[in-house]
Amino acid sequence: MITIAKRVGVALITIFLIATLTFFLVRKTPGDVMQAWAMDIVETYSMTYEDALAFVKSMYSYDPDQPVLEQYIAYISGLLRGDLGQSFIYKVSVNEVIAQALPWTVFVTSISLLLSFGIGMLLGMIIAWKRKTILDPIVTAYASFTGATPDYVTALVLLIIFSINLHIFPLKGAYDAVVPVGFTWPFIKSVLWHAALPITAYTFESAAGWALAMKGSAVSVLGEDYIMAARARGLKEGRIMTRYMGRNALLPMITGLAIALGSMVGGSVLIETIFAYPGIGWFFGEALIKRDFGMLQGLFLFLATAVIFANLAADLLYTRLDPRIKLEG
Amino acid sequence: MSVMTTTAGIQRFWRRSILEPLTIIWRNKRAFAGFLILLFFFLMATVGPEVIPLDMKSRYAERFQPPSRAHVLGTDYAGRDVWALIVHGSRDVLFVAFLAALFTIAIGVTVGMLAGLRGGMTDTLLMILTNAILTVPSFPVMLIIGSVLEVRNAITFGAVLSIWAWGGLARATRSQVLSLKEREFIEAARVLGLGTFHIIFKELLPNIMPYVTISFLTTMRGAITASVGLMLLGLMPFSAKNWGMMMNMAMMQSGAIYLPYALSYVLAPMGAIVLLQLGAVFFASGLDEVLDPRLRAT
Repeated sequence: MITIAKRVGVALITIFLIATLTFFLVRKTPGDVMQAWAMDIVETYSMTYEDALAFVKSMYSYDPDQPVLEQYIAYISGLLRGDLGQSFIYKVSVNEVIAQALPWTVFVTSISLLLSFGIGMLLGMIIAWKRKTILDPIVTAYASFTGATPDYVTALVLLIIFSINLHIFPLKGAYDAVVPVGFTWPFIKSVLWHAALPITAYTFESAAGWALAMKGSAVSVLGEDYIMAARARGLKEGRIMTRYMGRNALLPMITGLAIALGSMVGGSVLIETIFAYPGIGWFFGEALIKRDFGMLQGLFLFLATAVIFANLAADLLYTRLDPRIKLEG
Repeated sequence: MSVMTTTAGIQRFWRRSILEPLTIIWRNKRAFAGFLILLFFFLMATVGPEVIPLDMKSRYAERFQPPSRAHVLGTDYAGRDVWALIVHGSRDVLFVAFLAALFTIAIGVTVGMLAGLRGGMTDTLLMILTNAILTVPSFPVMLIIGSVLEVRNAITFGAVLSIWAWGGLARATRSQVLSLKEREFIEAARVLGLGTFHIIFKELLPNIMPYVTISFLTTMRGAITASVGLMLLGLMPFSAKNWGMMMNMAMMQSGAIYLPYALSYVLAPMGAIVLLQLGAVFFASGLDEVLDPRLRAT
């Protein structure tokens, strides 16, 4: 019980540190960004610099002349109330943007995670069970290839082949604008159609890694006595493979789920930008390009918190499922 | 006498450090293929720009040409030779990745050593920091840091890429130091009164060197992926010749991905990254064997 409390405590402290760090990092610059933006306006609209700066300040929804400590206290107390802050450029709160974007990101990443995990486990189990088949070198080669290919390259290639040249999948968005939103078949079909390429990109990238990890885990289980006992009892091959080897080899994979989620979330900025898919990653990319630091720090803190809690959950779940493991520290 | 020992020394160095590793790489076909690929890119980055001239002048009449004899990989949105751009970009990509790996290793090994040797409170605090670095996804962090700092040269870019990438290395170094610390030769060095400095540089570092060497390659791979990704989003535009910048221009600015005859321009930087990464993956598998004699099959 104490160890769990300790883990949660460390997670909360980490989140607090991340919040503080991003706050000061981001707060250091808006002045420069405002000046740069004002210079831009001076050049394009031939305003005076003072007018342009005043205009930019009115566009930004916070006052850079307020003392930093006051701003920091206001920000942290906002966070404690669940308020992730405001966009510097648009009159929206980060919470609104997350409410709008999160369902899409969760939808795509959870399906991708389950799909790649499932495919990987199955492949890994088969190549651990039946070595010396053609499948093993194929999976290894596939793993080297995806290990060498950055996720954004996979995404771009999919986009170029299937959207731009073959016109099979749409170029952007999460659903067709002409289809009315609702729990109807045409809408669901449109949603799936738009999510197909992002899901394929994530799944293609991570399935091979899962397969190799599962193979390693399964091979180490193969030498256990209970496998031999199951063989001696004359159980069917398939049953030993899935129930005896597979189940036991599956356990250590669970901590990998949180890591995989983290890398998917990290990659989502590029993947969602490439497919113009309106999830958190896409908004993150937009905020970056527009230098909307208020939006950026809010979205980032949200992503970081989500991943930290996913890791915590995976740790706790793992110790629950495997009584041999004890939480350390 | 001394001349003879020097020649013997050189011979031994030649045999141990060059001949034997090369033979091992040569025997492992995958590693050899990787070695050739990496050598190709190394030459491309070092001599390539001197041999292959790059004309940055815009010739709009010659834009988006498919591959031809004059332009092996076609031309870009301003009629420039794509092959020459790839060659000149490789220097940039590799140099930034090299710096990033250097910084990452320096921070990671220092933190790991400190935590492992000092123990106690230092260890606890450093490991909390390391865990935070490992859990929070690095790419968004690099994006934020990269957009806040004005990245204008390779050194700052390398720093941005390494600042959130040293977690794994620190943790591994720490656990190696913890196990080495208890071994007799460290104990002996302590008893002999050799200082911490000696213990770190003469006793500990040589023992974790194999791991560090492999990590250097892995870190460089990660830095290449991340740096090109950052540039793809149009951040840090300090060099127009970087592969990521080429992809950014092809994808977001010039609309080249929609033009079927500009395909070679769009695919060239991506192909270059994948080939380079594949070379590193293959080579690393052989390097493992060179550095760890236990892996050598007879």
